[in-house]
Amino acid sequence: MVTAAQIWEWVIKSLIIILVLTGGFAYVTLYERKVLARIQARVGPNRAGPFGLLQPVADGIKLIFKEELTPAGADKLLFTLAPVITVIPALVVTAVIPWGESVTLFGKTYTLYLTDVNVAILYIMAVTSISVYGIALAGWSSNNKYATLGGLRATAQMISYELALGLSFVGPILLTGSMSMLEIVRAQQKLWFIFLQPAGFVLFLAASLAEVNRAPFDMPEAEQELTAGYHAEYSGMKFALFFMAEYIKMIAVSMIGATLFLGGYLSPLTMLSGLPVIGWLFASGPHWLFLKVALWLFFMIWVRATLPRIRYDRLMQLGWKIMFPLGLVNVIVTAAVIVLAGG
Amino acid sequence: MNGLQVVFLLAALVSLFSAAMVVSARRMMHAALWLVLTLMGVAVIFVTLQSSFFAVVQVLVYVGAIAILIIFSVMLTRRVMEDHGDQILPGWRAAGLVAGLLFAIIVGFLALWQGFTTMLVELPADADNLLDLGQALVSPQGYALPFELASVLLVAALIGAITIAVDRKEDQHG
Repeated sequence: MVTAAQIWEWVIKSLIIILVLTGGFAYVTLYERKVLARIQARVGPNRAGPFGLLQPVADGIKLIFKEELTPAGADKLLFTLAPVITVIPALVVTAVIPWGESVTLFGKTYTLYLTDVNVAILYIMAVTSISVYGIALAGWSSNNKYATLGGLRATAQMISYELALGLSFVGPILLTGSMSMLEIVRAQQKLWFIFLQPAGFVLFLAASLAEVNRAPFDMPEAEQELTAGYHAEYSGMKFALFFMAEYIKMIAVSMIGATLFLGGYLSPLTMLSGLPVIGWLFASGPHWLFLKVALWLFFMIWVRATLPRIRYDRLMQLGWKIMFPLGLVNVIVTAAVIVLAGG
Repeated sequence: MNGLQVVFLLAALVSLFSAAMVVSARRMMHAALWLVLTLMGVAVIFVTLQSSFFAVVQVLVYVGAIAILIIFSVMLTRRVMEDHGDQILPGWRAAGLVAGLLFAIIVGFLALWQGFTTMLVELPADADNLLDLGQALVSPQGYALPFELASVLLVAALIGAITIAVDRKEDQHG
């Protein structure tokens, strides 16, 4: 039976996850602007606070005070609902990601994960598949041809790349024999899955960029042709919610990728954890997950700064004619190797 | 009444209400979204039955794939079906009668099954119903035959879809 203490534990853990994600969103925007600026030999935001650290706060205040417009002829209810539907999946998708094994506080042991369900990967896929709704509805309800086209493109793109994304999940599942994220991390104790599943890793990397509509797959919001795509008509806090969803999804896919292929919270340097004073730095724990997420985010920003946007028909061809078959082959080869190796 | 029953009742009421809204909403897009809510309600009912796999698959397949395709098609056909015409079928009485009869027959058959009256049993925490399901699907004593039949059906549907969608060279000239 579920006790009240357990429920409080869940509530507090969920709050921590949501706070980390929303706080992370604010600083990922700054991170992105700083890194982009450095890559383009600029300085980046440096006026608000030391090193521009208060820039996200300033941006937030600005967006709160902006006027919110609803276009004439828009479907009012859906227009308001769409940003909400976009943010919620982004916030809940990381619920199954473990941050560590357990920690002892005040004489009581707490696990560092919200829940360890045996369908964690399916849960992630289900939630990502819902996140299409917000974008499709935003585009449709705006009563604007650019927004509608952006919404349609986003829907088509996300449905296509979900297949490759799902197939890239199968490799780690087969190697672990479980869909629980905790088991998948534990199975990587000796060797990270990036070395056993290089093709799966590349597939995940590309498909996840497409899934969160990041460059070079940011067709749904291509400025030159669609003004801003599905959120062309949004302003103020409603726009901020779309922005928030995009960056939280970036954090979420980095967390999922780091957990599936880079050993999650495991430390690659555990042999150094016996050192005095600084030993805890080398022990496995949430700080390793955060480090990996930060590196992954850096990679995404780097890609954005480097690669041009690919054409829409090429995008669809890449998804269906290259990545999908590659994913299938990867699954078959992995399964065959596991059976032959007597796994 | 415990918490689980409250959740079940709420989920059931929400799904029934939104199912009614699916057929009565005037705008196609709204009807499609009510359908999504219905399917989500069913997923919640699966959760109350401790069947997390079915809950997740329900969301993944129905909400994430089928309903989004419906919405996709509605987006492409905006304002074609809206705002005109009577929504009530001329022969709705007969249809209602048939639907009611079918419902009664199904419930009647279910009532014959002995599991109909047993109380819910909580699964032990370490039970892995996912593994059981997977094995039942491929074991000859289990559901291997229906599973294979469904696969054949799906393959046939896939091939059919390709045949319909493929570009024919002779059509391009004509």
